[in-house]
Amino acid sequence: MKIIETKNLTKKFTPSLCSKCWRTLQGLFRAPSLKLWSVSDKNKTFLDKGAGFTAVDNISFQVEEGEIFGFLGPNGAGKTTTISMLCTLLKPSSGEAYVNGYNVVSEEAKVRQSIGIIFQDPSLDERLTAWENLKFHSLIYGIRKELIGARAQEVLNLIGLSEWRNEIVRKFSGGMKRRLEIARGLLHYPKVLFLDEPTLGLDPQTRRHIWDYIHELREKKKITIFLTTHYLDEAENCDRIAVIDFGQIIALDTPQGLRKLLPEDAIFLKTVNDEKAKIEIEEKYKVTVNFNNGGIFFSIKNGEEFIPELLKNLSLTVKSVNLKRPTLDDIFLKLTGREIREEKIKKDDWFRGILRSHSRR
Amino acid sequence: MDAIWRRMNLEAIYILWLRDLTRYFRDWVRVILSLFRPTLWLLIFGTGVNNLFQMQKMNSGTDYLHFLFPGIITLNLIFASLYSGISIIWDREFGFLKEILVAPISRTSIALGRTLSGTTVSLIEGFFVFLLAPFIGVKLMASKFIPLAVIMFLIAFTGTALGVLIAVSIPSFEAFGIVANFVVMPMFFLSGAVFPVSSNLPGWLKYLVYLNPLTYGVDTLRSILVGVQVFPIWFNLLILSLFGWLVLFFAVLVFNKKR
Repeated sequence: MKIIETKNLTKKFTPSLCSKCWRTLQGLFRAPSLKLWSVSDKNKTFLDKGAGFTAVDNISFQVEEGEIFGFLGPNGAGKTTTISMLCTLLKPSSGEAYVNGYNVVSEEAKVRQSIGIIFQDPSLDERLTAWENLKFHSLIYGIRKELIGARAQEVLNLIGLSEWRNEIVRKFSGGMKRRLEIARGLLHYPKVLFLDEPTLGLDPQTRRHIWDYIHELREKKKITIFLTTHYLDEAENCDRIAVIDFGQIIALDTPQGLRKLLPEDAIFLKTVNDEKAKIEIEEKYKVTVNFNNGGIFFSIKNGEEFIPELLKNLSLTVKSVNLKRPTLDDIFLKLTGREIREEKIKKDDWFRGILRSHSRR
Repeated sequence: MDAIWRRMNLEAIYILWLRDLTRYFRDWVRVILSLFRPTLWLLIFGTGVNNLFQMQKMNSGTDYLHFLFPGIITLNLIFASLYSGISIIWDREFGFLKEILVAPISRTSIALGRTLSGTTVSLIEGFFVFLLAPFIGVKLMASKFIPLAVIMFLIAFTGTALGVLIAVSIPSFEAFGIVANFVVMPMFFLSGAVFPVSSNLPGWLKYLVYLNPLTYGVDTLRSILVGVQVFPIWFNLLILSLFGWLVLFFAVLVFNKKR
């Protein structure tokens, strides 16, 4: 069964009359030096054109039940917009989308009942306790009163926060808040869990923990997980990955499949005599060998199988061998010609940052 | 729309209300500080001006402090209720609004839950003003409690609806503060809270006072507490509740249209 299905889904943002006037006013009074505000060229067109822009451009894909499906792309590629449309928070400009068999436009309430969402930005009430947050969620999702206690305890156990149930959320660490959000998203037994950048801003250890929980969830609950990320190493946890850039899907495959786009592995080698080894390997295998800090390296297909053969045939004693498989980073570079990196600076981010640091006290 | 929308609304309104009240009582500094404003107005402004009017009695023989008292209750009600709208902006800024917006409940019930919680909070702050009654010699009778609660509820409801309308149509904190102040101060000064609504007022001022829905609330409160009134009570109640529902209707309309 296809649990998520989209056909030519498009979202075009057109500025309202109000914001058009505002931009004109800004243009009139803006001192030349203030133009520094437009951070990058991409941002500039986004801000100055005023004619609207297409955040999601004609995308179609299907997600199978029980799958971990990843949306990979740089910031501003259209990942959050796609999630927002699938979660019924935004209306598509054109195209169709179905979640759990329900149309996201005409069957909003049924879609909302079938999904759990963990947003990119924190969305807990920090003045309430963990338990109160869960209770709030249960009631607005219409869970029957007699079931709430057991369900809340169940999800708290799952993410390992039972001892913290009566603590105010403000005291929690970033990772704990994330886990609580995941727990909350599971309370109403959704069919699909949407995770928008689930590990953004968390330290590597916590990130790994979150991933352990996600895998455990899939095992235990058999739910479908749809997530977005711009961390390439994380995307490898998915069953399938859609690479999205400028609102379009430019590749959709398993991590292994994507890797086939760059079939060659790099082998780093240190021998007793690198000069001789270079000549020998170049003659035998017809590859270009280069020097690299105190060793040599070359690219070859099926690196894993090649290493034993190399060791058997090479006349020189090998001190160390290292195999480097291409990462999704390299693949993204190949697909788009650009590296994934932070590009878009939201204009109100600094303000939110201030608010957050205050709220933590 | 499908059935889920209607089935869950009441429960959703209840939990939205409960959440706001839990937050309110947890923030005890705010609870205590809400006593500060009426103290300032009544004990300092009121006593000072009362001294000025020592000889001339207001409308019907009440002194200025007694005359001012209902106005200050209204002040606390309208301040608390209008500013309760800021919690919507607060939630939007901290992301919690998304959790509410994406739930299978209607926007109408979200706005209604918010309005009711804001009304409750400002009612509490309105009743706080009565703690000052002994200091200025206002006598309270238990029999007045129910009519007082009814009219105070109406004032608080109108103010909260207005606050919700401002909050859903305005994007930022700063703007909310400016707009709310822009609304609350004229409403207070033009309500007959600090000076009597009489035919002696210049024409332009009189019409502004008549246009202000708060005038009818202050008038009713004063008739209950001090026994002075300008308009018939049924008229006051009608205007106030009509205005409150109208504003709430617009707030819901704007809220439903967003995104």
